[in-house]
Amino acid sequence: MIQFAIEIPYWGQSLLRVLGGLVAVLLPAGTIVYLFLFKMMSFMQSRLGPMEAGPYGSLQLVAEVGKWMQKEDLAPDAADHRIFKMAPLIVLLSTFLLVVIVPFGPDAYFTNFSVGIFLGLAVASVSVLGILIAGWASANKYALLGGLRAAGQLIAYELPMVLAVLGVVIQAGSMNMQEITVAQNTGSWFGLDWFGSPFIVTQFVGFVIFMIAVQAELTQAPFDMPIAESELVSGYMTEYSGFRFLIFFIAEFATAGVFAFIASVLFLGGWGIPFSWFGWDNIDQVPDWMNLVGPLIMFTKMLVLTFIIMWVRFSFPRFREDQLQTFAWKVLIPLALLNTAITAILKVAF
Amino acid sequence: MPDKPKLPGLFKGLGITLGILKDTVVDGANTVQYPHEKEAPPIRARGVIALHEDNCTACMLCARSCPDWCIYIEGHKQLAPARRAGGKPRQVNHLDRFDIDYALCMYCGICVEVCPFDALFWSPEYEYSEPKIADLLHDKEKLGEWMETVPEAPALEAGAQKK
Repeated sequence: MIQFAIEIPYWGQSLLRVLGGLVAVLLPAGTIVYLFLFKMMSFMQSRLGPMEAGPYGSLQLVAEVGKWMQKEDLAPDAADHRIFKMAPLIVLLSTFLLVVIVPFGPDAYFTNFSVGIFLGLAVASVSVLGILIAGWASANKYALLGGLRAAGQLIAYELPMVLAVLGVVIQAGSMNMQEITVAQNTGSWFGLDWFGSPFIVTQFVGFVIFMIAVQAELTQAPFDMPIAESELVSGYMTEYSGFRFLIFFIAEFATAGVFAFIASVLFLGGWGIPFSWFGWDNIDQVPDWMNLVGPLIMFTKMLVLTFIIMWVRFSFPRFREDQLQTFAWKVLIPLALLNTAITAILKVAF
Repeated sequence: MPDKPKLPGLFKGLGITLGILKDTVVDGANTVQYPHEKEAPPIRARGVIALHEDNCTACMLCARSCPDWCIYIEGHKQLAPARRAGGKPRQVNHLDRFDIDYALCMYCGICVEVCPFDALFWSPEYEYSEPKIADLLHDKEKLGEWMETVPEAPALEAGAQKK
């Protein structure tokens, strides 16, 4: 976290980290839901969306949360109650674990883990567990089918995601998110250093694969086979109501925000602006005000990337289950392997 | 391998949604913010059925043709003055009760079609919801009031009247 001039006791730092984590998870989630789910989707369907609660419906989300909170917390008789009630929390937990690795500024990070992206990819798959046990514990055939579909899909699309990240890691020479950020902002193309070298240019194939895999990991359309509402009611969320459904809902969009954060670190240069603009040579020369500007830059990049995610979601019809798996195993994974191999060869060659 | 979506089509699809987004922002939405601004229904819209009481002979055709049995008619026979001087007084049906239960009505319009005396009309008026379901039973006074909202019948097509 931000280093202040005054010494903060350990409990204070922990408190700050928790508050920062809540802001970093919930603020993007709320923004995505209002800006994209409520407004952009409506506009793309030539309607206005919520307009009554607050100016331009900006308080609609508060109303929705209030509605969900007062609903009864139902669980089916046949459900495995303890696990049924735990599942949404596990899904949300993976989101909070995921945001830990994201750096928001030179000193504004939760933890500067040396193998940050590795940890991120590992904890991202924790949500699969939550979804799978949600589907199993519901004692409902729709939920079970949805949970199994989700597990199959998330495992299939984890691979191209990991392989796409591999290209970035090879190029940056580090798994540390901070060093990946610095590598993009200090790099240059053929002597031109006015724009750094964001990996979206050199790793464009990797970027596209990563975004497709993120789309599938978030089970956003066209990859929403696990919650296909026209055949599975709502998949693994079928039996959930009230605030447990709310937690699933928050987790879905918070994870979208966090994955967009990670994608912007990996491919768009993270919190940094090209260091040559201000004549910085390395991270030690970056002044403290970047700790305040950095989060804003990250937030902007997150909005751009989630815009793309939501835009794709609202435009395309759903993949069939076999198309979904074929696309991952026969197209994305070979492509990602090829990308990794070529990146490695070029890295050694130059 | 199943047919994959073609790449240009994918971008075309993205372009369509973005185009509609732009149109909505620039020109406004196709929808109407209902309680604040009202939509003008087309003049032949099936909003509510109006009763022209003078034309009704209590013949019961509408009540019997109604699939939902939502029309209630009661009448009695009474004598009316003769048409010509010195003639016999006529016997006519007088309408005592004509109710339509809009909680049951499914707006099929068969009653309007079947009425041989032009006593029932469609009106495009649609704002008559009630807090209590029993209030959706419109009696003949209320059905008569709807007559004011019945639009003029559109002109017949050219040649329609030729025998």
